Amino acid sequence: MSAPDPREALVEHLPAMRAFAISLTRNSATADDMVQDTLVKAWTNIDKFQVGTNMRAWLFTILRNTYYSSRRKAKREVADVDGAHTEGLAEKPAHDGRLQMTDFRQAFAQLSDEQREALLLVGASGFSYEEAADMCGVAVGTIKSRTNRARQRLAELMQLDDDEALEMTDDATMSVLTASKATSF
Amino acid sequence: MTQSGANRKRESVIDENLKRVYEEALEEGVPDRFKDLLDALKQQDQSKGSKK
Repeated sequence: MSAPDPREALVEHLPAMRAFAISLTRNSATADDMVQDTLVKAWTNIDKFQVGTNMRAWLFTILRNTYYSSRRKAKREVADVDGAHTEGLAEKPAHDGRLQMTDFRQAFAQLSDEQREALLLVGASGFSYEEAADMCGVAVGTIKSRTNRARQRLAELMQLDDDEALEMTDDATMSVLTASKATSF
Repeated sequence: MTQSGANRKRESVIDENLKRVYEEALEEGVPDRFKDLLDALKQQDQSKGSKK
């Protein structure tokens, strides 16, 4: 009985890796390059993966390190606010007069990479503060303050302070958004 | 240290949107190039022979 090759599990993590990369960079070409580099690195360094630990966390760590080292190397424009991922998005129904999802994406794009990363790891990918801190190589308190500041900044940018804005998230609105999203893909 | 209701609501608006951004990316699926790459890596290893 030979142990299964952990590399066989890489494929299962592809959708999450790509979702994290796209959300972090907001550019699918950059994201796909990152995922590709990460796959090659993971494949060739699989002996560094400790079987029984969280493979997704390991892969996300390689992914974000890849991103930051390429950002250092080529100070190219990574923000793609007007790019493919802001097109064809569900519009909010007219009654609230706002395009919340578009607002969110634009606000999200204005965060620092570190803030966006912290929010994505903790708020969207389901990692704990401790895991996120480990993956980013910083203290737990740093991740907490990054996510707090990111949320604060998003609220400012989206003008979520007034009650009127908060009413946009009623169930009817959500279902309209979900429905139109489903048909756009 | 209790959060005000407005704060909590603000946070849930943000988290809803955040999850939706992430889920939309998840739903896009994965281009074939990645599975092809994994296949190519596997074949490369096999042609080098078993290293064990």
